[in-house]
Amino acid sequence: MPSYLTRAPIDPTALVAAVSGAELGGVATFLGVVRNHQDGQPVLRLEYSAYEAMAEAESARIVAEAVERWPVRVALRHRLGELAIGEVAVAIAVGSAHRVPAFEACRYVIEEVKRRVPIWKKEFFADGSVRWVDPTAGREATRPVAPIGREV
Amino acid sequence: MSVRVLLFATYADLVGTGSVELPAPPASTVADVLAHLRGALPGAAGIPERPLVAVNQMHARLDTPIRDGDELALLPPMAGG
Repeated sequence: MPSYLTRAPIDPTALVAAVSGAELGGVATFLGVVRNHQDGQPVLRLEYSAYEAMAEAESARIVAEAVERWPVRVALRHRLGELAIGEVAVAIAVGSAHRVPAFEACRYVIEEVKRRVPIWKKEFFADGSVRWVDPTAGREATRPVAPIGREV
Repeated sequence: MSVRVLLFATYADLVGTGSVELPAPPASTVADVLAHLRGALPGAAGIPERPLVAVNQMHARLDTPIRDGDELALLPPMAGG
């Protein structure tokens, strides 16, 4: 089983190569990159951590769902540890015979990763403060993640 | 029976640990274990009433039943990507 998490820098070209082939006419990619600001405050770096066993399992489930729903090949990597501004935190490459399924599946994978994969990030601000990122802060409570595959 | 509770990010900071083993009576649910955790560890009071949870590495609900040896994880709002 491939590992979807890595502490080493992500090489997007390797992901593209993994989903390319003579029969595939399109490759859609998404890169999530560390940006230098949040809510108007300058950010120096980020630190990603995860519930690693579940993050691997949930990533595998998302990739399997995409491959079932669209005629695509999918490569996904998420970085953990300390990242500097401009570094790639997540990379997705989706190859398909045509562009539409490639774009759709790529969008599906990033949205589901953000919603379902247990990864957290700490922001280190220029003023010395440190904060766990809460994407739900200041919004209505988000819908709970639907449980999958467990009898209740 | 007993259940292993895993805590991450802000929740681990609140409780002061990333992992705790708790006894649980038979026929417990996630909500029951959570209530026990709040009583056993003072910092756990800061965890929201209805956190996201996972049982054995699958997203679950507060009414999901817990079996002996299960791994229950309390998940702060996820921030991958």
